Amino acid sequence: MRDPASIPDSELGRTEVKTTTCYMCACRCGIKVHLRDGEVRYIEGNSDHPLNRGVLCAKGASGIMKQYSPARLTRPLKRKDGAERGANQFEAITWDEAFATLAERLGRIRATDPKKFALFTGRDQMQALTGMFAKQFGTPNYAAHGGFCSVNMAAGMIYTIGGSFWEFGGPDLERAKLFVMIGTAEDHHSNPMKRDLGRFKRGGGRFIAVNPVRTGYAAIADEWVPIRPGTDGALLLALIHEIIELGLFDRDFLTRYTNAAELVNQDEASDEFGLFVRDPDVPVRPDTFETPDKLWWDRHGDKATIARVAGTDGRLMGSYILPDGTPVKPSFQLLKERVKDYTPDWAEGITGIPAATIRRLAHEMGVTARDQKIELPIAWTDCWGTEHDKVTGNPVAFHAMRGLAAHSNGFHAIRALAILMTLLGTIDRPGGFRHKAPFPRPIPPCPKPPKGPQAIKAGEPLTGTPLGWPADPDDLSVDANGEAIRLDKGFSWEFPLSVHGLMHNAITNAWRGDPYPIDTMMLFMANMAWNSTMNTSEVRKMLTDKDESGEYKIPFLVVCDAFQSETVAFADLVLPDTSYLERHDVMSILDRPISEFDGPVDSVRVPILPPMGESKPFQDVVIELGTRLKLPGFTRKDGSRKFRDYPDFIVNFETEPGSGIGFLSGWRGKAGEKFLVGEPNPNQWDMYARNNNHYHHEMPRSYQYMRNWNKGYLDWAYRHRLVRYTDPIIPHVYSEVLQKFRLAAEGKWRGKQPPERLRERVRTFFDPLPFYYSPLEWGKSDGTSFPLTALTQRPMAMYHSWDSQNAWLRQIHTSNVLFVHPKVGATANFDDGAWVWVESPWGKIKCQARFTEALEPGTVWTWNAIGKASGAWALDADANESRQGFLLNHLIAEELPDMVAGRPVSNSDPVTGQAAWYDLKVRVTPCQPGEAEESWPQFPPIGPVPGQAIGFKSKVRAFFAGRKA
Amino acid sequence: MRPAFSVLFLTTLIGVGQGLLVALVTAQFFLVIGADGAGETGGFYALGSVLALILLGLGLLASFFHLANPGRAWRSAAKWRTSWLSREVILIPAVCGLAFLYALVHWLGWSPVLLVFDNGKALDLPMALGFAAAGASLALFVCTGMIYACVRFVRQWASAWTVVNYLMMGLASGFTLAAAYAALSGSALRDFLTVAALALTLLAMATRLYQVRRNGRVRLKSTLKTAIGSHHPQIRQISQGFMGQSFNTTEFFTPGAAETIRGLTLFFTLAGFVVPAILLAASLGGDYGLLMVAAALCQYAGLLAERWVFFAAGNHVQNLYYQARA
Amino acid sequence: MSKVQLALVIDLNVCVGCHACVTSCKEWNSSGWAGPMTDENPYGADPSGVFFNRVQTYECGTYPETETIHFPKSCLHCVEPPCVPVCPTGASYKREEDGIVLVDYDKCIGCKYCSWSCPYGAREFDPVQGVMKKCTLCVDRIYDKTLAEDRRKPACVLACPPGARLFGDVNDPASEASRAIRDNGGFQLMPEWGTNPANHYLPRRKTSMTLHHDELVRVDNPLKIEGELPRPSFNAPSIDDLSSW
Ligand SMILES: Nc1nc2c(c(=O)[nH]1)N[C@H]1C(S)=C(S)[C@@H](COP(=O)(O)OP(=O)(O)OC[C@H]3O[C@@H](n4cnc5c(=O)[nH]c(N)nc54)[C@H](O)[C@@H]3O)O[C@H]1N2
Ligand SMILES: Nc1nc2c(c(=O)[nH]1)N[C@H]1C(S)=C(S)[C@@H](COP(=O)(O)OP(=O)(O)OC[C@H]3O[C@@H](n4cnc5c(=O)[nH]c(N)nc54)[C@H](O)[C@@H]3O)O[C@H]1N2
Ligand code: SF4
Ligand code: SF4
Ligand code: SF4
Ligand code: SF4
Ligand code: SF4
Ligand SMILES: [Mo]
Repeated sequence: MRDPASIPDSELGRTEVKTTTCYMCACRCGIKVHLRDGEVRYIEGNSDHPLNRGVLCAKGASGIMKQYSPARLTRPLKRKDGAERGANQFEAITWDEAFATLAERLGRIRATDPKKFALFTGRDQMQALTGMFAKQFGTPNYAAHGGFCSVNMAAGMIYTIGGSFWEFGGPDLERAKLFVMIGTAEDHHSNPMKRDLGRFKRGGGRFIAVNPVRTGYAAIADEWVPIRPGTDGALLLALIHEIIELGLFDRDFLTRYTNAAELVNQDEASDEFGLFVRDPDVPVRPDTFETPDKLWWDRHGDKATIARVAGTDGRLMGSYILPDGTPVKPSFQLLKERVKDYTPDWAEGITGIPAATIRRLAHEMGVTARDQKIELPIAWTDCWGTEHDKVTGNPVAFHAMRGLAAHSNGFHAIRALAILMTLLGTIDRPGGFRHKAPFPRPIPPCPKPPKGPQAIKAGEPLTGTPLGWPADPDDLSVDANGEAIRLDKGFSWEFPLSVHGLMHNAITNAWRGDPYPIDTMMLFMANMAWNSTMNTSEVRKMLTDKDESGEYKIPFLVVCDAFQSETVAFADLVLPDTSYLERHDVMSILDRPISEFDGPVDSVRVPILPPMGESKPFQDVVIELGTRLKLPGFTRKDGSRKFRDYPDFIVNFETEPGSGIGFLSGWRGKAGEKFLVGEPNPNQWDMYARNNNHYHHEMPRSYQYMRNWNKGYLDWAYRHRLVRYTDPIIPHVYSEVLQKFRLAAEGKWRGKQPPERLRERVRTFFDPLPFYYSPLEWGKSDGTSFPLTALTQRPMAMYHSWDSQNAWLRQIHTSNVLFVHPKVGATANFDDGAWVWVESPWGKIKCQARFTEALEPGTVWTWNAIGKASGAWALDADANESRQGFLLNHLIAEELPDMVAGRPVSNSDPVTGQAAWYDLKVRVTPCQPGEAEESWPQFPPIGPVPGQAIGFKSKVRAFFAGRKA
Repeated sequence: MRPAFSVLFLTTLIGVGQGLLVALVTAQFFLVIGADGAGETGGFYALGSVLALILLGLGLLASFFHLANPGRAWRSAAKWRTSWLSREVILIPAVCGLAFLYALVHWLGWSPVLLVFDNGKALDLPMALGFAAAGASLALFVCTGMIYACVRFVRQWASAWTVVNYLMMGLASGFTLAAAYAALSGSALRDFLTVAALALTLLAMATRLYQVRRNGRVRLKSTLKTAIGSHHPQIRQISQGFMGQSFNTTEFFTPGAAETIRGLTLFFTLAGFVVPAILLAASLGGDYGLLMVAAALCQYAGLLAERWVFFAAGNHVQNLYYQARA
Repeated sequence: MSKVQLALVIDLNVCVGCHACVTSCKEWNSSGWAGPMTDENPYGADPSGVFFNRVQTYECGTYPETETIHFPKSCLHCVEPPCVPVCPTGASYKREEDGIVLVDYDKCIGCKYCSWSCPYGAREFDPVQGVMKKCTLCVDRIYDKTLAEDRRKPACVLACPPGARLFGDVNDPASEASRAIRDNGGFQLMPEWGTNPANHYLPRRKTSMTLHHDELVRVDNPLKIEGELPRPSFNAPSIDDLSSW
């Protein structure tokens, strides 16, 4: 046998190592791909990449099996003439035909009514490009996955502190002493989070996990705090209560850097009620978003003065009368009053967490924040000109994700979390929460959605960006009657702050023609006929439903995917995408870059293999389409082609002619001498590739902290066009933005007002201070019939629906079970491993139940998206995924009946439109003897489509790079 | 443990073969020292030995099905110092060779005297080869038994009783076959062999049932506590780490073992011991050759089932690690 | 005993059960010296495959005092490997120079006997080559001079995101691995069999916080600045209201 130690592997065959960026998930780690004789042999983490520094996750290391998956689509397809949609009958066509079909159809739509074209994109990372395409096309009906994903997390925190978790910021585990993780199973920051957590624990940090389930991260927590799902708002408010009650908040931080001390108008009769009082004599720039004219009550002079004037100190508490007789209170006082009754004992009854534990948690947070202060010898200057000779921090860090977000009360729960973090003084400070460029953003950020039907004009681009951040009711996308102008009803009065849209309602709305019917829907990288839709069985029917004339209610469906997903079967036109190892991609600063705490980082993907078959990067498809449709962004004045292809586009595109701002921030300028802003550089791709596919700009240390109020940083960011203004970004402990919507609901707003039927809803949920209410779905079923809350969790080794085709990963999770507490079995009379029916008010499924003690007994859960439709993903029709695996989504309603004036409304957070996946209530009963031990519902098996490399589908696969064994 | 059919056939077939050889040699010896005058033809021994050879050969053939790389089987003799498997691998051809020589000299009627004892009895070449073959067969029983008995991690196997049972059941089945053979060929050895077969069958039943009882009581020496090094009193596996299959789940587990074992234990007790014993007893003293062939066949079927149970009842320590698919 | 004994030390205190070590192992070894690592029925019902490393999950205790333990397991490279002497061909062997237990595929006849003699269920049979396989401690990586020195480690160790896998010579008291074992109560699996596994595990270690009542009150409590008194306030009723001495 070859001696393993003396003949290294690298000396066999023709080997090469190329670097690119992983896309087995959205974390985007740097990878080194080893090829042997042109075939992928080994993928390892790139040690020189800032994100993963050499480590790799289970998915990333299985990239080979994705690349060579038999589910790969390799040819453009059109539905066979005469075949029914959904029957999975396709014929291969040429790209020319595909483009011609699309250009003709879309051209017609654009020339008549551009909103009849809807573009929705799932787990992609090119929203800057797809969003721009939609805008240029002129349709507001564009959204990416954010609405059904975690928009509550983005909106709740960005509307409060100007930044968020997710890709926008995170816990500084290098310096934290106490780390509280809430409702997170895996998250996007997969590898960095694990790396940091490992280091944090080894350094002796204390790690507390708040989660109904103890798996993954929570497993290694020093303390597991099981909580009833959907009740975190109560916990967080009780923590705030206790911290205020005991004086464990960071007073200096609150007064100086937040709006806690600013005075709120308490004159109920006034149209200004609940808004900050302002001094009309203070000059205010018209373009400012953070006006310097607000007042506080000076402790020393015992009178109202302009907030933050040197020598004064605002009071946080009390109730005061201004000289003009207006009663006012500091917003902190209002918070204190708000949480007065939110005691730990109250929260115990809701969350199931003992009051003593809640108190202790509050004490641990407060005392750690106060007594273990960090001081860094870094001088900086704040926005008011005060010079500081050090940066200080309170080492309590938090992280939260969809456990908080995916509930219909998530926005307020997340606001409560952001406020708790603010009370503890941990915003952009060492050991606490840290922003990542381009955050912090103004509260709210500047882009605004289209403000009405006038924004949509035949043959013209959209006015405004399809998605944006409303600052007040006038920013909503509604018509004169206050009704939605978007297909998904985003930015309507039903979900005013739906900053990522509501993709989860797109199909239902289009099917019903509410608010209007559309013509063509294009889905990119979203498995909307399966795991990313609620009410899956019904939605699948809507996709094939016809009107009286025999036309499909959704006339034309285009799916761009790289694999044979469940959704592909429903397409009229299938565009085969490349794999991540075969294309150029950018993780752009205009989108969601991979920035670090210390400065902006963006990165690229470069092809290391040729495209398989006739697959084509969707980016190139977008550019080609934009060119054929002669969209202004993609063509010259004379209508000629502006960009050769995507790489050319990335290099040469500028937000405005001559703006110097493009998709990539590194090596700009003719010779690559500039960053962030500078002329296009023809060699930019090479320069990225040479630098391990990323550009990392490390800012001076004095710009790295306190960025919301850091004069140096804000000036720097302004000069480099990361922000439009240099105003400080003052955390909104009290949200004036929300209050403005409430005022509109109360008829006190001079601009747009909600339709009558929605006034009460808006008034209730647009509370300027966080409050607790039970998830909306719970009001639609009685707790006795449906006593259990059903959740899903991300398995660390699988990515949504797309890894079941992966021969290695699917062996780790080839099917899923419903985890239940043994008590559930004892009550309903079934044993561990029994087959059970799970019913919600909206549907039922059959699956296998397993007992576990690692969960809150009122909760049941399963791994997300393991269940598959029979025959999809190139799996055999009887694969475990379809016969034993199941999808919880069949049980989740996409709309709740009788919500407003007898009409259904999306099953979403009423503020943001976040899909309320985790509000689901169910009951579990055993199957009768004789019932098949097979999951239910089952769907007729589908087979492969033309071009699928079924030759690979041998019964035995012994992959051996460069030589197939 | 998953009973592999190749191994079931291997161990039972060579068991019968070895037993038959031992029976032939014992019978020859019995005639030499016992009943004066009575004798058997060389052909009787030669044919019997060829029968044993065939059985051994079939067993060997079966064993090749167990090897994934039979072409390299010759390598398996390498580690006779440490591996009972190597020792078995060396002994099987040795037994075959001796059986062949034993048959050959009998066939040729070549019986030079090697030793003459004081009492006038002489040791001739066939007898000497017979002793060697029987000795080797007995040693082979020990090797085969030890292959399993030395697997410390299967408590049901790891005892002297495994060796005793391999020996006893091999002898019993070999003697039963020998008795049937003697009856069919009208040999004078019929009754001697029948009595011996009966005694060995009953003895084998006793030792085997003792082992069944003992196995019902043995507990794994390891627990989940030592398996994962946690001191917690209650430990459960939630996931074995994969939901597909693997070598560790297919080789070491027998689907539906518990019920099948119960049924098959009853079956092998009856078919392997009780029924043959009755048949043997019934045919004592009479000319019931076919009945005795039936006894031998029935016993073989029973012992195949016994071997299945032997494997399936073996609970390997590694199984602690493979308890939950989720 | 060999002078050098290479081994993995797995820190259960930080293992989050992500399976990165599982697939990175499969990937490195699939088309490496130890490969292929065959998958049967890769896209059908009940797929089955060769993996050298598995991550299992155990639960201890009952709600709410439940612990979840993620537990990676590969060949432990026993110092007294019971799997080696039973191998009839000598295909299974323990390397003199570093204590790694390996299988020589050219000698293995696929009799599977060694696997019966491993109490840990660490051996895997490859049905395509018909030979026994197992973790090689990435012997074809760790000595490869063409790799950067810090990458000459097992694939699973390099991949492990939280750094729960240490690699080193457990016979060298100064190695990181030995130190981790000594300092953190490292233990071996199933010591009762006398196999003396070279791989060690580090147990869960908890950080807790003790709070004293005084810390909740503190003289510089901001409530005082706001004119309120921290709870319990200094002038709340006490026994001094009644008694005097
Ligand atoms: N019950 C329940 N449902 C949920 C969730 C939950 O927690 N519970 N989570 C929700 C959340 S947060 C999300 S984000 C969604 C995710 O749901 P989706 O956005 O639908 O994501 P995936 O299923 O991962 O993948 C979508 C499609 O992308 C394709 N794809 C993979 N790689 C490529 C590529 O390179 N190019 C192209 N063109 N296509 C590719 C895949 O084949 C697949 O068909 O699911 C949601 N659904
Ligand atoms: N490996 C892998 N990584 C992924 C993905 C994947 O599919 N696979 N998907 C990516 C995507 S699109 C997203 S959006 C992120 C999501 O990342 P996560 O937010 O980590 O995803 P979830 O699995 O939804 O995790 C939610 C967690 O919240 C808990 N939970 C549910 N309800 C509640 C509650 O009411 N309160 C509390 N405290 N906890 C609760 C659940 O038990 C679960 O542990 O992950 C990304 N990363
Ligand atoms: S976390 Fe894993 S799958 Fe995601 S990018 Fe990184 S290595 Fe790839
Ligand atoms: S763990 Fe098993 S295979 Fe590895 S050396 Fe020890 S006994 Fe042998
Ligand atoms: S399977 Fe191979 S390594 Fe194992 S005992 Fe048999 S010959 Fe030796
Ligand atoms: S050391 Fe190498 S062979 Fe062993 S488990 Fe780790 S990666 Fe696999
Ligand atoms: S890679 Fe590390 S953290 Fe992940 S399962 Fe393996 S040992 Fe645990
Ligand atoms: Mo998501």
